[in-house]
Formats: sequence, structure tokens, C-alpha cells
Amino acid sequence: MPEKVRVQVLGVGCSKCKALEEKIRSLAARHRLSIDIEKVSDLHEIMKYGIMMTPGLVIDGVLKNYGNIPTDDQLLKWIKGAS
Amino acid sequence: MNLKPSRLAVLFVAAWIIVYFALEPATISFVSLLSLPPDSRLTEAIRFFVYEAPKVLLLLTIVVFVVGIIRSYFSPERTRQILGKRSLFLGNILASMLGIVTPFCSCSAVPLFIGFVETGIPLGVTFSFLIAAPMINEVAVVLLFGLFGWKTALIYVTTGLAIAISSGFVIGRLRVERFVEEWVYTVKSQNLTLDSNPTFDDRVRAGFVAVRDIVSKVWVYVLIGIGVGAGVHGYVPENFLAGIMGKSAWWSVPVSVLIGVPLYSNAAGIIPIVHALLEKGASLGTALAFMMSVIGLSLPEMIILRKVLKLPLILIFVVVVAVGIIIVGYLFNFIY
Repeated sequence: MPEKVRVQVLGVGCSKCKALEEKIRSLAARHRLSIDIEKVSDLHEIMKYGIMMTPGLVIDGVLKNYGNIPTDDQLLKWIKGAS
Repeated sequence: MNLKPSRLAVLFVAAWIIVYFALEPATISFVSLLSLPPDSRLTEAIRFFVYEAPKVLLLLTIVVFVVGIIRSYFSPERTRQILGKRSLFLGNILASMLGIVTPFCSCSAVPLFIGFVETGIPLGVTFSFLIAAPMINEVAVVLLFGLFGWKTALIYVTTGLAIAISSGFVIGRLRVERFVEEWVYTVKSQNLTLDSNPTFDDRVRAGFVAVRDIVSKVWVYVLIGIGVGAGVHGYVPENFLAGIMGKSAWWSVPVSVLIGVPLYSNAAGIIPIVHALLEKGASLGTALAFMMSVIGLSLPEMIILRKVLKLPLILIFVVVVAVGIIIVGYLFNFIY
């Protein structure tokens, strides 16, 4: 059993943040990805990554994207690249 | 076949131009097909709606597309870099203008605020940005242009800029640094190391995404807005509101702003109301002041900003901007 990929969505509850979280969940279900998804809404935590637009996407501790919702392909590439 | 976004964009723009120029003759023949009684109010209303609705939606689509591409050249990081070296007044001017083109949503206001403060951008300059960004946006400008003409749109943009510049400047002079939550000054974020080097195709894609996101959200309001303009036309007396929201009612501007500040709506949602107000005799200054206070200041945004600003600064922010809007409202009631 491979280790779960840790996916964090950074955001304080905007609609795009929720949409991103939903998208990753459904993507993971469809492709049977083994991920651990976490919503980070603490501002101190978010600001550590230095982003000025939400949602931020962190995979295994590395910031991958922020400010928009990436495409399915892009998300898959990042998640699979980490596992 | 998978078309490259830039090729798709060429097709899109070509199709747009054809549709735009075919619109008027198409509308005329469509209305004549309906064989409505000539010169009746209903005919006029239908003609207005059938011509205006697709025209405004078309304008909206192309402007959102182009602005989406332009925005891809302006990231908050870049804006922050530009603003970091500026003195107060010039900084306010630049920040307000960058507020128009930098991608922004009110839910990102806090991270953006912290990011600006962290780099040492003066508070007043940061506020100029935070005032201009929501208030002046492409949806507001297109709708004002499409429904009320280019003069109104231009007035809105220039006065909005003036309010953002002067309010930020005033706040900067008030030495309000102590009213920022202390923890903001302790934030040390890592440098962004995202390797983003978008190609032109990526930027065009961003334009299409903007069209999908924004147009799908606002088209309903646009139709309602034009419907209000077309429908109410014949049924509510022309000067219905003149007594309470016309020029002669001196208190109408502050009252509109007072009502508008706590309300929140995007530009598309408020335009139908502005349209109805203007139709029925409200003066331009009063209607614009109402619109600016609704989309520029809002209770939800203040609650979000409370995480980084202490209450006195939130109040100062609201009061300074509201006063600016009121002055603009009076100015226009006076000129027109």
C-alpha cells in the first residue's frame, strides 16, 4: 500500500476554495487516488506559503498553485507526481 | 481535434465581430416578424430588450475575455513589487490603477493585505488598492457603457479612481499603523518559488476561463437589468422617484450611501436597481453613489478585514470612503 499523498487546500472559505476541494475529492474518487485532503483556513498557516490569492494548493508540503482552480489533468499530474 | 487556445481566440473574435454587426439587422427583422402594433409601449419595450440584451451580453463576453488576458500579466506579486518603491501620493495613484487590472476577489483581501504590509507598502497605498479593486471592474464598466453610454462609464471609472486615490491618501496621513492587528507585522512568509512562466496560449486560456466563470455568473442579472429597463418603462410614472431621489432632495445622496454600505452585491446585481432608479427620476449622482457604496464597501468584506484590522481602522476606512462617495454624488447632482 503506497503512502497517502497529503493534499492541502489553503483558503478562508471562499467559493473557489470549496470548489477546488470538491474537485480534488471527486477526482480522487474517480481515479482511485490515495490522498489525504485537508482544508487549511488558519491565516498564519496560509501566510507561511506567501500567497496573496486563495485558494492555495499544497501537495506533500510543497505549494503547487494558487489563485485559481487548475485543470483535472494538471491536478492529476501533481498528485501522481507526489505519490 | 484539439485547437490551440490562440487559434480558438482568433475564431472566437471573428465570430464575435460577425455576430455583433449582424445583430441590428437581425433584431429589426425579428421584431418585424412579431408584427407588433407600431408605436405602442409594448413594442418599444420588446424592441429595447431584444436589441439591448444580446448587445450587452456580447460586449460583456469580449471585454471579460480581453481583461482576462490582460490580468494574466498582472499578478499580486508583481503589483506588490511595483508599489514597494513608491512614495505616498504617487503610490496611491498607481495602487488604484493596478487595483483595476490585478486579479482580485474579496475573499483574498486578507492575504493580499498581509502580503502588501509585509513588503513595507504604506498602509494608505494598500487601502487605495483595496478600494479600487472591487469598485472598478470590467463588469461594472461594460454594463454602464452598454446601458447608459460611454460618458456614464467614464464618469464611474474616473470618480471611482479619484475616491480610491484620495481615500487611501487620507488614511495614509492619519497614521493608523497602530490599528493593524499586531500579528500581521510578525508574518514571515517564504518566498514564492512557483515556476510560472505562462505562454501566450496559457494567457488566452485564462481569458476563456474568465468568460466561463464571470459570464455564467452574471448573465441572469444582466437580463434582469435590461428587463427592468424595458418592462418598467411604460408602467411606472417617469418621475416617480424624482421627489425622493432627484436633485432637489439634498439628503438623497447620504441616505443612499448609508443604505448601500452594509449591502453587498456584485456589479451585475446592482445595475438592474440602478437602471430602475435612473429610469424613474433618480439623479445620476445619487444612483452612482448608491452603486459605489454597494459594490465598494460591504459588511462581509469588513468582517473579513476585521481579522487584520482593529475596529477603529475599519470605521475610519468606511467613513473615509463613504464621505468620498457622498462628495462624488453631490458633485454629479450639481453638474448635471
